Amino acid sequence: MTCLPLAMTTNDFRPEELLADVIARLIGDVRHVAVGNASPIPAAAALLARERGHGRPYVSLLQSRKHNFWTDGARELFDCAGQGRIDVFFLSGGQIDGQGNVNLVEIGEHGHPDVRFPGSYGSAYLYYVVPKVILFRTEHSRRTLVPRVDFISAPGASDPNVFRPGGPIALVTNRCLFTFANGRFALASVHPGHTVEEVIEHTGFDFDRPASVPQTPPPSPETLALMRGVVARQLAEAYPQFAKQVFGVKLPLSGGTASG
Amino acid sequence: MFQAMKSLDEALAPIGDGCMLVVPREVSGVPMAATRALIKRGIKRLHLFALPTSSLQADLLIGAGCVATLETSAVSLGEFGPAPRFNAAVLNGTIRMLDATCPALHAALQAAEKGVPFMPLRGLIGSDVLKYRDDWKVIDSPFANADPIVLLPAIKPDVALFHAPMADRFGNVWVGRTRELFTMAHAAEKTVVTVEKIHDGNLLDDAVLGAGTLPGFYVESVAVAERGAWPLPLPDRYAADAEHLALYAKMAATEAGFAEYLDKYVYEKRAA
Repeated sequence: MTCLPLAMTTNDFRPEELLADVIARLIGDVRHVAVGNASPIPAAAALLARERGHGRPYVSLLQSRKHNFWTDGARELFDCAGQGRIDVFFLSGGQIDGQGNVNLVEIGEHGHPDVRFPGSYGSAYLYYVVPKVILFRTEHSRRTLVPRVDFISAPGASDPNVFRPGGPIALVTNRCLFTFANGRFALASVHPGHTVEEVIEHTGFDFDRPASVPQTPPPSPETLALMRGVVARQLAEAYPQFAKQVFGVKLPLSGGTASG
Repeated sequence: MFQAMKSLDEALAPIGDGCMLVVPREVSGVPMAATRALIKRGIKRLHLFALPTSSLQADLLIGAGCVATLETSAVSLGEFGPAPRFNAAVLNGTIRMLDATCPALHAALQAAEKGVPFMPLRGLIGSDVLKYRDDWKVIDSPFANADPIVLLPAIKPDVALFHAPMADRFGNVWVGRTRELFTMAHAAEKTVVTVEKIHDGNLLDDAVLGAGTLPGFYVESVAVAERGAWPLPLPDRYAADAEHLALYAKMAATEAGFAEYLDKYVYEKRAA
């Protein structure tokens, strides 16, 4: 496995690197972070958090063989989460609305949709039982951030009698970071190169915002070095195309061999 | 001795038109050689149950017209984009779609594995996933706080089909830590497996290998299919063929391109 030198200095960073850094900070000091399918940026963030924490938290990449410890099959992740043994998880959505509802299924009328997305994955369960769910969507537009989703794969909140220790704490987009509390999003910071006006223009739902919105801090040189080195190489096992495009990591063509 | 070893086509005989077939997710040993053989045979009206998600396998079977009902939590080509034939089939209404969520599919098979009629599961309440599943019920828990909880009926597929690293001549199959394959086999009426190679001796005689071995008791038939997961990966053995998957995504984007893909890689009609 080799890492090609990329033409950039440490003052220069890619959007994916900024987002992974933001997500790593949101993860905080926890014991176990799990990452689902089609989530290369959260996976990079979780691996970054583990490098910074010298092995803490445990990181489980659902899509990986090497970066998970499951020995009881794919259901072990969900059993773990049901017991409260997963602290942080990530969800995206074809649509996300202002109440934190996510839609991973379809746009249009059920049974005769206009657009079909892959499906709900584990969202209709994990959103309820994982204490910190971080939403991410790299296309921040009125198409994706809507007043009301067409299909609720998983709701942002539940009635008081429903068992619900988990739910959304934040939404990270290519333009900004929102936090989520009491059923509403609040603008927490705007990424370098973007503005509050632009965020308002491209967001389909209402959100709270302070009089003065800070800028998202850029990743430090130390963070960039970690991400482009050890994190990029680990990521390549689960997300080879992403690791190649963002970090220039090349993988050998065949996987390893195992005995037994 | 029970003859578990068969040719690929013979091994696949238990998988008939209209049967409920359970298959694993992309990183757990997807039987792609077997899938191509089933398409070649012209299998029809499958109730495909993908545990808990699928990629190329479901897309290929749907595009080739083999699927009546699809029960799964998601279909996508992952880093290679949306699954084009799945998307087209849902938009055109040519398959019946039973949308689920991953742990619900695991739990429904676990109920069948235990021989109990249903399994309770957290989550789901207030979602449209639950709203459109007439077969799932909500009750107030008879214990503790009487809070509402979803019940999922046991699902007993006709056949489980997967690809594994090896099997012995007694029909024992080594799957290692990919233990959802055990659940699939325990739950299904019959299990059909393709393997990379035959292990000499009895896998259950070796304490280390035995711990990761599905007993031949559950296995109807086994066929050797070298690189049988290609172009998908077989964990710890070989990686996905990224170039081929990119080619598939491109060709399957149109119906004509998909037909050409089938001709070339499934029916193997080569240009003279």
